[in-house]
Amino acid sequence: MISIKGLRKQYVTKERQIIAVDDLDLDIKEGEIFGVIGYSGAGKSTFIRLINRLEEPSGGSVTIGDKDITRLKKNDLRIARQDIGMVFQHFNLLWSRTVAENIAFPLEIAGMSKTDRKQRVQELIDLVGLTGREDAYPSELSGGQKQRVGIARSLANKPKLLLCDEATSALDPETTTSILDLLVDINEKMGLTIILITHEMQVIRKICHRVAVMEEGKVVEMGDVLDVFLHPKQQITKKFVSQVMGNTEEEDAIPSMLQDNPEGKLIKLQFIGESANKALISQLAKQFAIDINIIQGKITNTKAGSYGTLFVQITGEDAEIDRAILYVQTKTSVELEVILNV
Amino acid sequence: MFENVNMDELLTATNETFYMTIISLLGTLVIGILLGLLLFLTARGGIWENKVINAITASVVNVFRSIPFIILILLLFPFTNFLIGTIRGPSAALPALIIGSAPFYARLVEIAFREVDKGVIEAAKSIGAKTSTIIFKVLIPESLPALVSGLTVTAIALIGYTAMAGIIGAGGLGDYAYFYGFQRRNFDLVFICTIIILIIVFIIQFIGDFITNKIDKR
Repeated sequence: MISIKGLRKQYVTKERQIIAVDDLDLDIKEGEIFGVIGYSGAGKSTFIRLINRLEEPSGGSVTIGDKDITRLKKNDLRIARQDIGMVFQHFNLLWSRTVAENIAFPLEIAGMSKTDRKQRVQELIDLVGLTGREDAYPSELSGGQKQRVGIARSLANKPKLLLCDEATSALDPETTTSILDLLVDINEKMGLTIILITHEMQVIRKICHRVAVMEEGKVVEMGDVLDVFLHPKQQITKKFVSQVMGNTEEEDAIPSMLQDNPEGKLIKLQFIGESANKALISQLAKQFAIDINIIQGKITNTKAGSYGTLFVQITGEDAEIDRAILYVQTKTSVELEVILNV
Repeated sequence: MFENVNMDELLTATNETFYMTIISLLGTLVIGILLGLLLFLTARGGIWENKVINAITASVVNVFRSIPFIILILLLFPFTNFLIGTIRGPSAALPALIIGSAPFYARLVEIAFREVDKGVIEAAKSIGAKTSTIIFKVLIPESLPALVSGLTVTAIALIGYTAMAGIIGAGGLGDYAYFYGFQRRNFDLVFICTIIILIIVFIIQFIGDFITNKIDKR
């Protein structure tokens, strides 16, 4: 649905030129929630503004549907923008307008009649869960409520694409969750394509289907969220994954495990997708004459299922341990690795 | 105590002051907003970014703001004479009053617009707003409290200007206080004119503050 080719943005200052977005190629599918993660200064904020040309690209193209956004004339661009919603980190509501009037703003711009407007605004208010707050001013709302107004406003003209610029970065964790749930809800109900940028891996983990990691204006890693979580390749990606997972460099911890657990086998279990939901550990303990001691681990949920790593120590007869290992390797989707044979 | 005060004359003078203040305030409002808008929109990073127009507008504004008002009136005599047909009376004071205070208000308008959250303007652009929509539905409503309080300050400065214009025969309370009061040594008259001007200033300030508070929903 969205095809980005060779997208570039450079700023020229007196001393030097800064390349904010460097030759970016991306394809985003219809109905997808696509996340872009990076530290501040990575160019992600510029990138999302290039999509609806709040920033003019220095080169390359952005095609949404069959429209090449980068080639549109000023007036056509204005009309195209009515089909692209945008949600901002700091909400950017008009303080002089009530909730209902803020949401009606894009409808006024699109030239909708007053009666239609009123009806549509009410639908949107109900959709984002602000029923009863129609006549409140933004200053009377909490951060989460303001962002709900922002989302309702961005959806007013029934866009096909929603751009989220750090939409949850100014919110506390609990409110973030409720806003993310709302975005997923909208994505599923309306089949809306969402591109979001963030510096929080939590956001990517909770709602994104695919993720691109940006560093110095380039996409350094991209893929399905689960793949990226499981097999982060770049150093920066590993750092982001560790935001959610704790330390991903588990090998560092092995010497200390050895000291504390000098018998049996030390085993690393990697859970991918649904298998984390099975009661694997108790199953093994019941079926085989072994003892399982959980040493450390972390399991987390992503949009595509659960994922995590568990370090366990198995003690018992060697033959029995081997049978248990074989069972895990053949009967489940859990990846097993014997780290240490004592 | 106020044996030299003629109520009819005082009333006429007060009316003339009101007349000059209100008409020139309206002129100042229109021209000030237009100039302020031009300054804001043509500034660096503005919607109509244009160095040349911005520099020209800024210098015009600065020049007229720098000329002391009493000198401005004298400089404008030929222009006033051409426009109004006379250089005496309240109407003849209007061009100088407007030209003297509009640049001042223009700067206040520019500052008010600059205080509008850039993000809100960006949001309006992102939903496909035209420049005119941004001006009338974002910039002006979002800066309205600052525009009103700026106008209050300007109105009070204008009352001072009308009194100065009075010295060279524009009519109004300044004229009355100077020619009938000061020059004839009727100091009670100077005093009463001062009191009336003070009352007008207080009333304007009160109304301005009231409206500003009323419309500010931040």
